Amino acid sequence: MSSSIVINEVSKSFGQKKVLNQINLTVKSGEIFGLIGPSGSGKTTLVKIIVGMESPSQGDVKLLNTTVPNLKLLQRIGYMAQADALYSDLTGEENLAFFASLFKLKKEEQIKRIAYAADLVNLTVDLKKKVQNYSGGMKRRLSLAVALIQNPEILILDEPTVGIDPELRQSIWAELYRLKNEGKTILVTTHVMDEAEKCDRLAMVRDGEIITSGSPAELKELYGITSLEEVFLKAGGNQL
Amino acid sequence: MSIAAMVKRIFHQMLRDKRALALMMVAPLLILTLLNYLLAGNTVDPRLGVMNTDDNLVERLKDSNIIVLQVEESSKEILLEKDLDGILEINGDEVSLTLTNDQPNAAKSLQIKVKQAIAAEKAKEQGENLSAFMERIKSQFPEIPVKMEQVKAPEVTTSYIYGDKDTLFFDQLSPILVGFFVFFFVFLISGIALLRERTTGTLERLLATPILRRDIVFGYLLGYGLFAVIQTIIVVTYAVKVLDITLVGSFWNVVIINLTLALVALSLGILLSAFANSEFQMMQFIPIAIIPQVFFAGIFPFESMAGWMQILAKCMPMYYGGSALVDVMYKGLGLSTIRNDLLVLLGFALVFIVLNIVALKKYRKI
Repeated sequence: MSSSIVINEVSKSFGQKKVLNQINLTVKSGEIFGLIGPSGSGKTTLVKIIVGMESPSQGDVKLLNTTVPNLKLLQRIGYMAQADALYSDLTGEENLAFFASLFKLKKEEQIKRIAYAADLVNLTVDLKKKVQNYSGGMKRRLSLAVALIQNPEILILDEPTVGIDPELRQSIWAELYRLKNEGKTILVTTHVMDEAEKCDRLAMVRDGEIITSGSPAELKELYGITSLEEVFLKAGGNQL
Repeated sequence: MSIAAMVKRIFHQMLRDKRALALMMVAPLLILTLLNYLLAGNTVDPRLGVMNTDDNLVERLKDSNIIVLQVEESSKEILLEKDLDGILEINGDEVSLTLTNDQPNAAKSLQIKVKQAIAAEKAKEQGENLSAFMERIKSQFPEIPVKMEQVKAPEVTTSYIYGDKDTLFFDQLSPILVGFFVFFFVFLISGIALLRERTTGTLERLLATPILRRDIVFGYLLGYGLFAVIQTIIVVTYAVKVLDITLVGSFWNVVIINLTLALVALSLGILLSAFANSEFQMMQFIPIAIIPQVFFAGIFPFESMAGWMQILAKCMPMYYGGSALVDVMYKGLGLSTIRNDLLVLLGFALVFIVLNIVALKKYRKI
């Protein structure tokens, strides 16, 4: 299986502060890859480097065999930021339509994709409402719909399920599996351990370094424990 | 295509934001109307108390629109009590004028009128003395013909290159104001709009799509530029048709100037938004970047400025905008005269636009 995301020796410093230290990571095509770590561990910085919004101090990132940053590449990436970046004075539908036209979707395709993405995140009936009247969870779901709008090959989702109720979280994960089966590559960050279980493979991040990586089963076996939470604590402890 | 999407979005947002729309379209009309009535207000005739003045002088004073009252003494109490602007006291050759001076301008003009009246009166006396003297000479030497022609005051006919005798300060001021409103409101609204995109993260999100950096800047320029055109048309139409402000030159030249000004304001607004972290910080740019522009827009004459102030004036976009607008609206000059002003404004806009496109590199390197 080919690799969709290859991170090679990436380090990032803001001024004197080192946020990422020599990260090496490979995400294979068609897998769900989880980046697990506490807040402030550098997950979001890593995600921004992958999308091309930050440039690494050292090292490089390749997506679909193309070095980041690259404008054409952005057409093939669906990105969902940690903060809901939505236009609150527009309706949900107008938000989706705006991003759809930035991805240069044709009119009929726009309508189709908007309907599909809205249905996926359960927002079809709320599409005509202004985003400022949405709840936190609805905004999160709309952000996810925006990330899917152009039918991208790679999905990069920064804490996609924060503020979403358990039922919807389950349905979103079900959909992520469905997207995976369509052959899409998905990179997810989370700080919730039970979501880590759902990933094909995952990497644990702490203080800008990857402390351990592998499939959930491998990790548990490696450390001889049954819960990933303990793996995290143990791996982190070894590091200290 | 991306630009069109940006413009469409800005239209959606603006049309939904009724207050911002009203600020842009209605607020200038309100201010113009107020200023129009304030500046066109009638001047009040000054009230002057007089002591020991002869009747001829009093008549002369009355002729120059001064309300004259006889007073017994010159004191602060009388001045205030009778609500006078000044008291004129004459003791032989000694003339003293006490002015209230609560409004320096009015006091100055009263002082000038009084001086003129006294001088005229003196001149008349001089003339009478002179003719009396001539008469005396004539009677003593009847054989010598002495002729003296009466000097007649020359008739002065005044003609005006620009405007006419009814031209008010407001006629010269209004073109500048029309331009300034466009500049100010476009600056504020576009700057805050892009600032909001920065703070809510949508700008970052935008740059995670394949949109070109320059398309974002052009989208903003075009989207808000169209509102600036509408604003200009409303403001100028209102000023000319309703307030009856002088518009000698072409209406469309005014629109062109204002559009160019709007372009500068837009690009400056979105550029400065990069240095603000909140709406309030954006407002903080107003006293620094906007208010000084008014002073250099032609309200104060450029020629009377100190050298270094003139250099400063030439760094202000409103200096060129104001001068072009006065040229067209008041002086009725054509496109060839304002071409240089327009080119300088476009130069400003170009520099700001390039800086904007570069500044967006902060979010995405390509």
